[in-house]
Amino acid sequence: MELECGENVMTSNLKYWIWLGSLVNTTPARKYRLLQYFRDPALVWEASEAELEASGLCTKKLISSLKDKNTRNETERAFESLIRCDAEIITFNDRAYPELLRHIADPPLVLYCRGKLEPEEKRVAVVGSRRATWYGLDMAKRLARELAEHGVTVVSGMARGIDSQAHKGALEAGGRTIAVLGCGIDKAYPPENRELMEKIMQNGAVISEYLPGTEPVRYNFPARNRIISGISLGVTIVEAGEKSGSLITADYALEQGREVFAVPGNINSHNSTGTNRLIRDGAKVVTCVGDILDELKVSHDSKNTYSVNKKSALMKLGKEEKTIAQRLLNGPVHLDVISRDCGISVQMASSILLMLELSGFVEQLPGKYYRLVE
Amino acid sequence: MYSKIISCGILGIDGYIVEIETDISNGLPGFDIVGLGDTAVREARERVRSAVKNSGYEFPLKKITVNMAPANIKKEGSSFDLAIAMGILASSGYISQSAVQKSMFAGELSLDGEIRPVKGILPMAVCAHQNGIRYLFLPEENAREAAVVKELHVIPVRDLRETAAIINGEIEIRYFEDAGGEKGPVYYDTVDFADVKGQENAKRALEVAASGGHNCLMLGSPGCGKTMLARRIPTILPSMTFEEALEVTKIHSIAGILPPGVSLVNTRPFRCPHHSISDTGLVGGGSVPKPGEISLAHYGVLFLDELPEFSKKALEALRQPLEDGVITISRVNASLTYPARTTLICAANPCRCGYFLDEPGKCTCTPRQIQQYLAKLSGPLLDRLDLHVEVTPVKYTELESDKAVESSLEIRKRVERTRKIQLERYRGLSIYSNSQLQPAMFSKFCRLDKKCRSILKDVFERLGMSARAHSRILKVARTIADMDMSEEIRPVHLTEAIQYRSLDRRVWNL
Repeated sequence: MELECGENVMTSNLKYWIWLGSLVNTTPARKYRLLQYFRDPALVWEASEAELEASGLCTKKLISSLKDKNTRNETERAFESLIRCDAEIITFNDRAYPELLRHIADPPLVLYCRGKLEPEEKRVAVVGSRRATWYGLDMAKRLARELAEHGVTVVSGMARGIDSQAHKGALEAGGRTIAVLGCGIDKAYPPENRELMEKIMQNGAVISEYLPGTEPVRYNFPARNRIISGISLGVTIVEAGEKSGSLITADYALEQGREVFAVPGNINSHNSTGTNRLIRDGAKVVTCVGDILDELKVSHDSKNTYSVNKKSALMKLGKEEKTIAQRLLNGPVHLDVISRDCGISVQMASSILLMLELSGFVEQLPGKYYRLVE
Repeated sequence: MYSKIISCGILGIDGYIVEIETDISNGLPGFDIVGLGDTAVREARERVRSAVKNSGYEFPLKKITVNMAPANIKKEGSSFDLAIAMGILASSGYISQSAVQKSMFAGELSLDGEIRPVKGILPMAVCAHQNGIRYLFLPEENAREAAVVKELHVIPVRDLRETAAIINGEIEIRYFEDAGGEKGPVYYDTVDFADVKGQENAKRALEVAASGGHNCLMLGSPGCGKTMLARRIPTILPSMTFEEALEVTKIHSIAGILPPGVSLVNTRPFRCPHHSISDTGLVGGGSVPKPGEISLAHYGVLFLDELPEFSKKALEALRQPLEDGVITISRVNASLTYPARTTLICAANPCRCGYFLDEPGKCTCTPRQIQQYLAKLSGPLLDRLDLHVEVTPVKYTELESDKAVESSLEIRKRVERTRKIQLERYRGLSIYSNSQLQPAMFSKFCRLDKKCRSILKDVFERLGMSARAHSRILKVARTIADMDMSEEIRPVHLTEAIQYRSLDRRVWNL
């Protein structure tokens, strides 16, 4: 069914793809069915009202917006500025279009891409809440790093919190990572991630189904989640509260037949309600990266050796330093608590912690919390 | 007939002798007061006229001229009423001129001749004593305040008639006897550091601040205890000497905030102005110059809660007095100097929603919002704050615990010891505490050994410490060493000092 087209035809055709892809008054699924019916967006463009009506896919409203002159003119303009932008435009029929994505119920017709999509790579999504705890942030980073070390590409949404940490973890390991945005790919959102976005483009790709220039509006984000799960073999939810957006990604993953992994959390923590419920409902528990790699049939020899490694590193420290470092094994602790639990005066503890910080063992968090460096 | 009565004016926080010259001569009846008086002084004419008449004397129907010498200094307030009335009585022959030569008069008159309390009695009493005056006639309510000057005979008077009678020897003089035991306003008799459970880190930091006179910034979420901690700082400051107490009382007396019946402010003041305060309110000034909050907090604590809410102008105005310990206000006629040697304690939320320092996830601010909020704090004022204290809320279990907590008294003993070490070290220099160390003195008093220098270098290179932290760290390290009674600064002192510079570190750039 693929339309084998020459390069020139492609370019001239591109306009129609972009037009149909960026049409706002309908759902991606409806657009996909239009494409299937007419075979080519150019034919949709040219179709008469009667033909559109005959397809049985169009409401009156949709027909009028398909025929709308203004939208068509706007597309012309957008197309011209697109040609100048360095974005790569990948249409549904292109070979570069991710194969996995092609088979979901409502694939985006066009993907705008900066960076490079590798067709053969194994992708796993690592997503979670924007307002995460230290535990969630750490786990996201560690899992992403270890996935990347095993050659898996980490997909996420570049949002604050878990998503950003996932990208950072993959980059730290020198691996590939893909960010799926809910706005145009010329926009860094959230703005503090501009630098991160540059790095992702160099070591992977930033993709979006929205035209460059699209503002990050709220209702775009749930829709982009279907792409996150759509291009991945599995989705890992690291931390999600009761109503986290990452649970939408998990729902899409189930719909699309992807693996769903969840990192267990403290049952009292409202930041982990969502992930714990996923586990109860059958998601695969992730206690180390091996749990994900097993499902992907990637060979590995990893076990959860985290706490063992940390403990052995601490054996080399002096007595008081060791007491303090051991108190930090289970996550960040406040200075006052360290001092009380270790029986060391607060000024002494503070002094020791700075020395541990200088030697790279611990790091200080806002609010005089301290934790071990991984 | 001519007469001369002595009264007192206030310039800055000191009194100066004002001679009230009264001349009654033949001519068209009239009553003029010359000598640069303000509105209150000009209105004294009406009060004096009625008071004299209603006290049973005949107000002379002649030309009356009152001159207040020195005539080139602007005189303010209603405290000259009594002296002017006495001048008229003396000129009219109701009282003997020779009897009042060694006396000073201060007080406001009511229309029926009663004498009302006035502001600034203490500086007047001090001025009287310094100028060899033996008797001070003043309103009853002010007597206790003046009685602090022991060598002076304080004569409280109720009304004009009584005053004249005392001078004429018709009734016996009642000197004011200080009943004693009247302590100054105790700003903190009900608070103690023993009330604060947990917060060991913050308490330690405040002890360091108190020991070295360091200005300090507390950051923490709403309700975490910043204000509670700040209110307790005066309780650990060393007690005031008599000279210090006298100076503070003078300022409070001039500002008119001395509670009735209080002779001497002998506890360190704690001032916490609301953040809507103007720059004038904070540092002093106004068309009728008054000491500002920073002067009222002289030798005590000035606490600015919600620091970012204060107007930029007000905070900028604080910079110079914080550095110099005095604030000079220039007016056309005179320039006044108020002392302003205070420990500045500021409190602020770490971000707009306030919860950035609590466990992650609670704060709803974006990183950019946090940066914007902190940018409000930064700048020259931040450069004058030696310690940054992060305060986090106490867990309920700590509130419940009955673990013994150190009382303010115990902490104060240590603070006093540390202050003494500093006073001795800086004897002969113009400074009295580590917070006043100038960069030129660092090589002498804050020498670092090789180990310390390498730690400091590491900190600057690896923790992303900004350069302005350097001198602050040295000063605070000096104080911590003093608290430890150590002549040299050791690594443990230095590292603790470094930990009090949170805002200069990358920790905050998440």
